[in-house]
Amino acid sequence: MARVIVDVMLKPEIHDPQGEAVLGACHRLGFGQVSGVRQGKRFEIEIDGPAGEASLAAIAGLAGELLANPVIEDFSVHAAELPGRRHSPGSLRACG
Amino acid sequence: MRIGVVTFPGSLDDQDAARAVRYAGARPVKLWHADRDLRGVDAVILPGGFSYGDYLRCGAIARFSPVMSELVPAARAGLPVLGICNGFQILCEAHLLPGALTRNAGLRFITRDVRLTVENTRTAWTRGYGAGQELTIPLKSGEGAYTADEATLDELEATGRVVVRYAAGAPNGAARGIAGICGETGGVVGLMPHPEHAIEALTGPSGDGLGFFASVAGAFAKAAS
Repeated sequence: MARVIVDVMLKPEIHDPQGEAVLGACHRLGFGQVSGVRQGKRFEIEIDGPAGEASLAAIAGLAGELLANPVIEDFSVHAAELPGRRHSPGSLRACG
Repeated sequence: MRIGVVTFPGSLDDQDAARAVRYAGARPVKLWHADRDLRGVDAVILPGGFSYGDYLRCGAIARFSPVMSELVPAARAGLPVLGICNGFQILCEAHLLPGALTRNAGLRFITRDVRLTVENTRTAWTRGYGAGQELTIPLKSGEGAYTADEATLDELEATGRVVVRYAAGAPNGAARGIAGICGETGGVVGLMPHPEHAIEALTGPSGDGLGFFASVAGAFAKAAS
């Protein structure tokens, strides 16, 4: 079994009011160095077998048909390097 | 005339759409999302609501429901289809209409009556209106900002496929104030505001929306006579 990651982002020319709202909140929290935020989606997809070229191509097809709307979104597909490893706020320090 | 109204899990306005069909003198026919069957209807309405909870993207899951596997080829072959709000989103996701609906520019869910200008009176759903006629009907959506690339917007304008436009500016940030568009032949129409909520003064801000349903019903009455 392997895990494939699909990241979906609004195209650069598409207005992202959610990202702007997050940017505003960053500034209110004192993170003045944050100059832009774009919000997207991440899918973690488990597949049978290894994440080889054919699997990644199949998942890319799935992403283009279902996970992303190519009219307004771009997507990228890659195999997860460390399947199952998670960063939570509590583990960030340990992860360095 | 029989007009199908599709119910998806999460549809809200199927009852009002069916009622509008009755007010227009046609017979509503219930269609179920899980049936690969259009029951021989003469036209179909995809109603408003939150099909499949708006999961993934509005309309993205509904697009692949069994009833859509029948509806998409039928629409391409000329069956009149009206998508209202979530129905408009589904039509875009199904590529029966170009572009997409994105989150309102101000992030807020907007529920208010809006004024629309009818710009195309040649579609199956608007031929009962006069060109330039103003309508007051409710808008109620969180992801209603129509978006498409500039080339698509130019083509829609040049070919007269902007069916209705917000008369006083788009409250949701829709590109070029577009509230509704049609497909290449005018059989498929999608719009964000809700004509089915404005079919009589008792329950709506006006009776202005009835024309959508009367247009398609009237066309069939004429063809049958």
